[in-house]
Amino acid sequence: MTKNIIELKSPGISEDTIRNLKKGDVVSISGVMVTGRDVAHKYLKDTFISSQNPPESEKLVLENLKKYLDGGILYHCGPVVYKDENNEYKFSAAGPTTSIREEPYEYDVIKLFNLRGVIGKGGMGAKTLKACQEFGSVYLHAIGGAATYTAERVKKVIGVGKLEEFGSPEAFWIIEVENFECVVTMDSHGDSLHESLLLESEKIQKEIMASF
Amino acid sequence: MLENEKRFNKIEGEVPENRINLFVNLIKEASSNLPGDVVKAIKAQKEKEEEGSQAKRALGIIIENFNLAYEKKTPICQDTGTVIFHIHYPIGMSVLKLKEELTLAVQEATKKGYLRPNAVDSISGKNSGDNCGFGSPSFYADEWEKDILEIKIMLKGGGCENVGAQYTLPDTKLEAGRDIKGVKKVILDAVVKAQGKGCAPGIIGVGIGGDRVSGALAAKNQIFRYLEDENLDNELAQIEKELYEKSNQLGIGPMGFGGKTTVLGVKCAKLHRVPASFFVSISYMCWAARRKTLEIKNNQFTIK
Repeated sequence: MTKNIIELKSPGISEDTIRNLKKGDVVSISGVMVTGRDVAHKYLKDTFISSQNPPESEKLVLENLKKYLDGGILYHCGPVVYKDENNEYKFSAAGPTTSIREEPYEYDVIKLFNLRGVIGKGGMGAKTLKACQEFGSVYLHAIGGAATYTAERVKKVIGVGKLEEFGSPEAFWIIEVENFECVVTMDSHGDSLHESLLLESEKIQKEIMASF
Repeated sequence: MLENEKRFNKIEGEVPENRINLFVNLIKEASSNLPGDVVKAIKAQKEKEEEGSQAKRALGIIIENFNLAYEKKTPICQDTGTVIFHIHYPIGMSVLKLKEELTLAVQEATKKGYLRPNAVDSISGKNSGDNCGFGSPSFYADEWEKDILEIKIMLKGGGCENVGAQYTLPDTKLEAGRDIKGVKKVILDAVVKAQGKGCAPGIIGVGIGGDRVSGALAAKNQIFRYLEDENLDNELAQIEKELYEKSNQLGIGPMGFGGKTTVLGVKCAKLHRVPASFFVSISYMCWAARRKTLEIKNNQFTIK
């Protein structure tokens, strides 16, 4: 019962495409995505969401990010990066980081960029699930720890934002990927695999505890 | 047999004059070559998962990933974690210089991309860029009676460190009392609370008793034990076996996708405690359980 893999081309993913995805679907992403984790989320919230008047210099950063993120995908990842013999950035390890830390910010970030998907690991909470429903987005689960495997899907580093300020793991890395496979674990219909598995496992936990 | 099964072989040789290169090699091995017992356990578990399930697919990718990391000498996981050294040294040896050399090796390994720069100043938020800073890397050193210098390294990722826990017995909510039953209840609870977030299937290190620090350290040190290693203490061995089986009945599965493989092992240590305190400390290690041991004796070294 292996599921068909649904191809996504990022950015510019349509809302319809995302609304058709259901919990448990496997997608394969090709195109461009951007990495962003703790510092990036806090920065986006502080600079563009909580503040009315971001400085001009920061507005430029936002405009540049929008080029890649409007209808696109944000990847919770802090990669290991090196420069190759041509002085170009390359990813050597790039698995997902734990997403729940971005829960306080993700609703607003999905809204800010019109994100169609967020990739990470471990799942997210109710507020992000609400954003997926309201704005037509999904949470995509990559394989935590599979960093070399995932780095192989990154074909090119197109650019980087806030490298000096945030440090390498936290910077916005703009990357071109090919056949980046993920599982939809939170869909735009309010279904979360994380929530259902938590409830099921808690039920089993009670039974086991009673047997001790 | 896969070509890269030779990865399980020991690396042996004469200790070079500049020991830093040897230590960089130890870090590289830890970062890119998953221990044999963990490899074996993950492969065996994949066979147990249902055909076409997300659990089987996830374990398949995990296996592909650690094979690739070994071949390419790249980090198994991008979060190369807290760099922890546990040193055992012969009577009379000083480890001051050794710590310096290991620190230099960490800096060099970071430059070479075996480690991600992971040391962040907790006040300024600045990343030091070389994995060094206050308390980084992390050192524990104990004298022992053997004439061997042993350096154990663990790379402990942040995702799994975050799902670790420390319970205080009795725990009213869990109805966990100050007895073996209570201990088992809180261990199981920690596995449920972690779900897939610590990169399941994980290895559960448990410190029963002690104070808040010694209990947590004992829990973490359990992760150095090989998965097939059976506890010499009968009662602890029983808890390990039972909690391993029960945890895998929870249905959480690899990555929290559902399935039969939630943990790869449960390892427990006990410590005496003061009458007033009863802590149960849990250290969760992700499937990418990166640990290696370097032994030095008579100027010969072994990495295993």
